[in-house]
Amino acid sequence: MEGTAVPRRLSSGPLSWEVATVTEVTSETPTVRTIKLGVPSWPGHRAGQHLDVRLTAEDGYSAERSYSIAAAADDPVAITVERLDDGEVSPYLTEDVRVGDELEIRGPVGGYFVWETADGGPLLLVGGGSGIVPLRAILRQREHSGSDVPVKLLYSARTLSDLIYRDELDSYHDGVEIIYTLTREQPAGWTGYTRRVDQALLAETAWPAGKDPLAFVCGPTSFVETVAGGLVALGYEPGRIKTERFGGTGGS
Amino acid sequence: MSPISHGFHRRHTVPDGAADRVPPGQYVTDGFPVLSAGPTPHTPLTEWTFSIRQGSSTVKSWTWQELQQLPAETATVDIHCVTRWSKLDTEWRGVSVDTLLDQVEHDAGYIMAFSDGGYTTNLPLADVTGGKAWVAFSFAGAPLEPEHGGPARLLVPHLYFWKSAKWVRGLELMDEDRPGFWETYGYNMYGDPWKEQRYQGD
Repeated sequence: MEGTAVPRRLSSGPLSWEVATVTEVTSETPTVRTIKLGVPSWPGHRAGQHLDVRLTAEDGYSAERSYSIAAAADDPVAITVERLDDGEVSPYLTEDVRVGDELEIRGPVGGYFVWETADGGPLLLVGGGSGIVPLRAILRQREHSGSDVPVKLLYSARTLSDLIYRDELDSYHDGVEIIYTLTREQPAGWTGYTRRVDQALLAETAWPAGKDPLAFVCGPTSFVETVAGGLVALGYEPGRIKTERFGGTGGS
Repeated sequence: MSPISHGFHRRHTVPDGAADRVPPGQYVTDGFPVLSAGPTPHTPLTEWTFSIRQGSSTVKSWTWQELQQLPAETATVDIHCVTRWSKLDTEWRGVSVDTLLDQVEHDAGYIMAFSDGGYTTNLPLADVTGGKAWVAFSFAGAPLEPEHGGPARLLVPHLYFWKSAKWVRGLELMDEDRPGFWETYGYNMYGDPWKEQRYQGD
C-alpha cells in the first residue's frame, strides 16, 4: 500500500444523495445488467471508484449498497450489477428497474482502487466474475485518454455466457491483451484457458515482475486471495497490487 | 422526498430481539466477508512484534510470545462494516489495549494503528482505552485466519470495522489526530456506525 500517488481527497463537505434517472438498461448476461444513470449534478469520478445506491420501498423501508462504477471518467455514470440470490437491492436492479425510473445515488466513493493515466503501467488487470466491472472502467479510461500503457487483462468466469462486456473487450487491440479462462464449462473449439486462476496460470500469463507492473485485482474473496498471493510469490511489489474483494454475505 | 422504487421491498430480516443492536443502514449476516486493499501479508510469528511508538522511537515492544503471556480477555461483541454488513455476537480473544498502554508513560490524545502491508487507521485514545479495544488473536475459538487479519488485529467493535486494523503491528501515540489509510481516501475520521459516519463529512 505504500508508494502510491498522493491521494486526492473528496470534497470536504458531506457526499449528498442525488436523484438519478435510469437512462438505459442493458442485459449483459442472464444475471447481470448495466444501468446508465442521468445525474444532474455528478461531481465526476475516476476509473475504479464506486458509488452508493439507495432504494426506498413503498412502505418507507430503504436500503443502500455500494457498486463499482462501470464507466470511464468522461462516460455517463453507469453501474453493472450482478443478481445475488440472497441479495436485497441487486434483485431489484437486475430484474425490475426500467428506463425512466428514479433512484438515489451518492458518490463517488473510494480513492485507492483507482487508475489514472499518469499512474502508468504496465497494467495487469485480473477479474473474477463481476469483478470485471471496475477493470472495464480502467480499460475505457486508458482508451479514452489515448494512453499507450500496455495492458493484460486476465478474466475468469464460469461459462462463456457469464462473460460480461465480451464484445467490448474483444474490440480492444493495440496494447491490450485479453486472456480468458472459463472454469466450469467451455464451448466447442474454445482456445482460452479452462482452469481457475492460480500461481501457475499467473506465471504463464501475467507481466513478469521485472517490468514493475501495476496490478488491479477484483473478484470474490477466495479469488482475490489466490491472485494477490500468487502475484506476491511471483515477485510483484505488494504495494503495487490493489485489491477489491466482494464476499457477498456468504463469505467466511 | 426519496423516489419510491415500486417492487422493491425488504428481504433481510433482523434476528428476534436484535433490532436495537443493528445500526441504521446495516443488515445482519452470518458470513464474515473480507475487505482489504492489498495482498494478505504473512509475517512469521518468530518475526512478529507489537510496538508502541512515539514520534520516531519505539517506547515499548512485545514479541508474539510476550504478548501471549499477558492476561487475555474474551470479548463477545457485535461488529459493523462500513459496506453495510453487521455480525452479531462474534467471539474474540485478545489482550486489552489498556493492558498494553498501561506499560507506557504518555499523554497522547490519539493513536494511529499500523499494520503489515502499510495499512494505518487513526483513533482517539479514549476509543481504545477503558475496556473498548483489544489486540485480538483468536476468533470463534480458533487462531485468527490471515484473511481476517491474523495473526492479530485490532478490535474496536463500537466503530466501523475498518478501524479494527487487520495485521496490526503496533500503535503510534499522537498529540493530534491525522487521517490513516481509508480516512485519506474519503472515509470518515471517526466512523461511528450509530451516526452512519461512513464518509468524510457524514
